Amino acid sequence: MAAILLIEDDPLVRRGFQLALSRHGHDVRTADTGEDGLRELRSSRPDLVVLDLMLPGIDGFEVCRRIRAAGEVPVIILTARGDDFDVVGGLEAGADDYVVKPAQPTVLDARIRAVLRRSAGPPDGVRVHRDLHIDTTSLTVSLRGAPVTLTPTELRLLLTLSRAPGRVFTRQQLLEEVWEHDYLGDSRLVDNGVQRLRAKIETSPASPEFVQTVRGFGYRFGPG
Amino acid sequence: MTERSEGTDRQGTRRLWPRGLRARLVVAFVLVTVLGAAAAAWSSAGSASSALVTSTQQRLTETIAGQIGAITPQLTYPPDQVALDRLRAAVGAETLVTYQNLRSSDGTAAGLVTDALRTAVRTKHRLVTQRIIADGRPWLLVGTPVTITAPNGARTPSGIEVYSVRDLSGVEQQIEGLARSAAGTAALALPLAVVLALLAAGSVLRPVRELRDTARRLAAGDLDARSPPQGADELAELTVTVNEMAESVQASMAAMQRMQADARRFAADVSHELRTPLSTLTAVVEVLATTTGGMEADARESARMAITETHRLVRLVDDLMEVSRFDAGTAQLRVEEVEVTRAVRDCLRARGWLDRVELVAPQEVSLRLDRRRLDVIVANLVGNALRHGEPPVRVRVSASSEQVRVEVTDSGPGLPEHVSPHVFDRFYKADAARTRTPGSGLGLAIALENARLHDGDLTAGNADGGGARFVLCLPRELEDR
Repeated sequence: MAAILLIEDDPLVRRGFQLALSRHGHDVRTADTGEDGLRELRSSRPDLVVLDLMLPGIDGFEVCRRIRAAGEVPVIILTARGDDFDVVGGLEAGADDYVVKPAQPTVLDARIRAVLRRSAGPPDGVRVHRDLHIDTTSLTVSLRGAPVTLTPTELRLLLTLSRAPGRVFTRQQLLEEVWEHDYLGDSRLVDNGVQRLRAKIETSPASPEFVQTVRGFGYRFGPG
Repeated sequence: MTERSEGTDRQGTRRLWPRGLRARLVVAFVLVTVLGAAAAAWSSAGSASSALVTSTQQRLTETIAGQIGAITPQLTYPPDQVALDRLRAAVGAETLVTYQNLRSSDGTAAGLVTDALRTAVRTKHRLVTQRIIADGRPWLLVGTPVTITAPNGARTPSGIEVYSVRDLSGVEQQIEGLARSAAGTAALALPLAVVLALLAAGSVLRPVRELRDTARRLAAGDLDARSPPQGADELAELTVTVNEMAESVQASMAAMQRMQADARRFAADVSHELRTPLSTLTAVVEVLATTTGGMEADARESARMAITETHRLVRLVDDLMEVSRFDAGTAQLRVEEVEVTRAVRDCLRARGWLDRVELVAPQEVSLRLDRRRLDVIVANLVGNALRHGEPPVRVRVSASSEQVRVEVTDSGPGLPEHVSPHVFDRFYKADAARTRTPGSGLGLAIALENARLHDGDLTAGNADGGGARFVLCLPRELEDR
């Protein structure tokens, strides 16, 4: 069970998803505007935000950016059109995943659970790569002694990659393992997640030391 | 095209009368100029020569009459041979003088004097002239009776006749010179006429050529094409008319495009608007689905129908949105390296079709394409084969150096002849009675659009065995976009 904040302006859609997600065992609070949602975020501290992009007042992209700036709460966006503009904009604003409307609650629930899952495989102690420490038991990461706060998705991506340093993961594999998408998953999720992870653990994200791009194939965890 | 057919029709006349407007104008202009110049030269040369002949004749005649007049008083009468000789010598060479049986002549004069002249002189008793041609040369014959004037002034015919012959060759040459210079003038006018004709043809043909270019551009679809009308002649009027025609064609095209765009935007707007209530429905029918257990039978059936139809509506709206994106030209390719055989197998597996469909793929085929769109194409083709054809359904993946082919064949009766041309039409139903199918009616249309987005093609036909066969061809090299 997760505490979910649903930000959606249409009252019937809002209520419908609240009913359906509640039946999946979630505790769903709702907000009908971005401003309201950000207030609710501060007061109720949900595990995850489901965010409609088409909102009156400040739009979904801006809300997403502010949520990301405020902390590591995962965000799943509802894209009304399923158009690339929404997807790209939402991911750039920091969303962890997206679901195209009209979304089936079962699908949304599966995404919520995937995004909230932090661990990747059984814990195997602390992985040390140069000055990067990944504790697979407490699920914490520190760089040069300073703790790094990662979203669940970022953490899981890092855990998955660092499980087998040097091994190349295709985007498809990462989509299935980290995002739990099927074979038609959107590889932009991976690229976007990698970018955000690099911004947090790489000294120079332009020439990454840990998460390296293997052109034409995917990514691998760098230092052996 | 018209030009060519005209050319073959008029092959016969083409040699005599040039086909191009320019050549026709030049020929006509030159003909008119030359005819005019020739007529003017001919008539002026004619009048000049007749005036020349007349004046020469007059001069010669006056000279002869004067010479005779001067010698006559000194003559004895009746004259003897000596007197006649004196008279002849006084008149000059080529002269014949007769008096009854006496005659005095020199040169060829005597031979040239005609009987007609003699008779005329004798009967008319005055000076008579005659022009003859002898030995290919023109001659002037002058015959006159000599009259004796008595001291009292009485004039009596003396019976002496003087005939003189004068060569007119000089005059003839002068006339020929005149004609030659007239011909020369006409010849000089010829190049001038050609130049003028070319200039005139140019001034007529330039607007014609501009009009032709404009018409070609219009025909090629450039509806902004116009020719500026110049002057106020018939060609300018034609230009104005053509411009007006283009204007009205452009206006109706714009109106049509606006209507079409409106219709498309309407479809996009409608499907977009449908999404919100459908989102609610999708959310709540799931709640309904999990609670049907406690319902009465008819309520449970109603709930199931609501669920099924909601999912159908969602699929229909999804397809409508997809079609709207193709119509609006906003459909985008997200190209990545895809192993086609595996993608096809994934597509079949995801839909639970692996045990109903035979996949024939001899080798791995890697291709840059949009994975999701390939999935849509294959799912639509196989779904269509499973619904409308008969098992076994076979999917064959093959590759050549230029393209990758995905063939979907069923074992049913195949596509009827009247259906084949329409299978890719939107909402086309092969059988009017079968109005309800699980599909949206847009599946094959979307599959075709997706194939074309890849610069590929999708064709429908029948296999040799009789079943329907759809062939997707994707080029190996997809242009970067």
